[in-house]
Amino acid sequence: MRKLSVALGLATVFLASLAMAQAGKDQRRSGYQDMGPTLQKMQDDDTANPAMLYVQAGEALWTQKAGAADKSCADCHSAGSMKGVAARYPAIPPGGDRPVDLEGRINLCRTEHQKAAPFGAESEQMLDLSAYVALQSRGMPIAPPNDPRLAAFRMHGGQLFKGREGQLNLSCANCHDDNAGKKLGGATIPQAHPTGYPIYRLEWQALGSLKRRLRNCMIGMRAEPFDEDSEDYIDLELYLMDRARGMTMDAPAVRP
Amino acid sequence: MANVLINAPGTARKGETIELKALIQHPMETGFRPGADGRLLPRNIITQFTATWNDIEIFRMKMSPAVAANPYVSFFAVASESGTVRLRWTGDRDFSAEGSVTVTVT
Ligand code: HEC
Ligand code: HEC
Repeated sequence: MRKLSVALGLATVFLASLAMAQAGKDQRRSGYQDMGPTLQKMQDDDTANPAMLYVQAGEALWTQKAGAADKSCADCHSAGSMKGVAARYPAIPPGGDRPVDLEGRINLCRTEHQKAAPFGAESEQMLDLSAYVALQSRGMPIAPPNDPRLAAFRMHGGQLFKGREGQLNLSCANCHDDNAGKKLGGATIPQAHPTGYPIYRLEWQALGSLKRRLRNCMIGMRAEPFDEDSEDYIDLELYLMDRARGMTMDAPAVRP
Repeated sequence: MANVLINAPGTARKGETIELKALIQHPMETGFRPGADGRLLPRNIITQFTATWNDIEIFRMKMSPAVAANPYVSFFAVASESGTVRLRWTGDRDFSAEGSVTVTVT
């Protein structure tokens, strides 16, 4: 009997992997693919996607001189050189020993290159500029750097994703791996791929960062969100970007 | 001035009905929400949106606190002559913003 159930179990595993191989398809879906056609249309039309209002502001900031160096972003970078940048962060900056996300990288340029005060973590200006930079990667595949130094941080991010926490004793994976595609209240549980950040979330009626989105989920799990400047966010972002490797960037996206 | 995005066809045939779409950045603070300190945030909304075609008013709309932030308006007009469509938003705290597009009618 025992032998039979083991054999049956193995057969099931074999058939399941065969089915997956035959389907041969990437089973991953972005938040964009999980949205209805009306919202997809809103995102696709640059004059209807409210995130583009922030991009406009970001473009103006890009050319504005700032700090003791009296330099603008545009004095050192062409907008074209930002192509693909949002698709590969977090990354370790030159001379650094731990990864920073795109916002952290922008603030490094603020402090080191412009000799200006860093932008507030989720300030309007940071959102505007990161939306403008992220837009340059629209349509490109997510491509985290193959930097072996990132492995330990990414692994920690994976532990944060899979570990249970909070009063409901849930992990991110419980929803986003195990129950993705099902409904939670009125919302479809997405697979949590960070393809579109910063996003214009209709519920927020504003543009928001990936950190804000993660914080939202942690509050939903009745867990304590990480501190604003916690490195745990970056590690989790690293894990999410790796999990979404190859998926198409659709930033700045609209989400319900 | 507030950021504005306008979508209108650059050309239209005489007599054709065209769609004009406009998006503007505005918090549309309702006046009913408490802030972090527990006190009501003062109302700050756009109260009126108008469109003129060669200075003749073709569309007017009143807005209320129930309208979401960053309001998006879409409306239709019959293209009768080439010219400038001017859009204007006004509201609380002397808010005023403008945008325009030219439409060539053939
Ligand atoms: C109880 C289920 C649940 C748990 C647990 C949960 N989430 Fe979510 N998450 C959601 C839902 C539902 C949404 C979509 C919300 C919407 O569309 O309104 C979402 C959205 C997201 C998104 C946005 C995806 C996109 O397309 O932009 C990310 C990223 C995300 N979650 C990450 C996480 C992480 C990381 C954790 C753990 C810290 C977590 N979530 C825990 C339910 C959950
Ligand atoms: C004085 C020149 C200078 C200015 C001004 C400057 N940067 Fe940079 N930036 C650099 C250099 C140099 C690098 C390469 C990394 C390094 O050495 O710090 C860089 C790297 C970056 C990167 C990462 C690119 C990559 O491929 O990984 C981003 C994003 C960026 N800058 C954005 C900005 C933004 C946004 C601003 C304006 C707020 C800005 N920079 C202002 C010099 C500048």
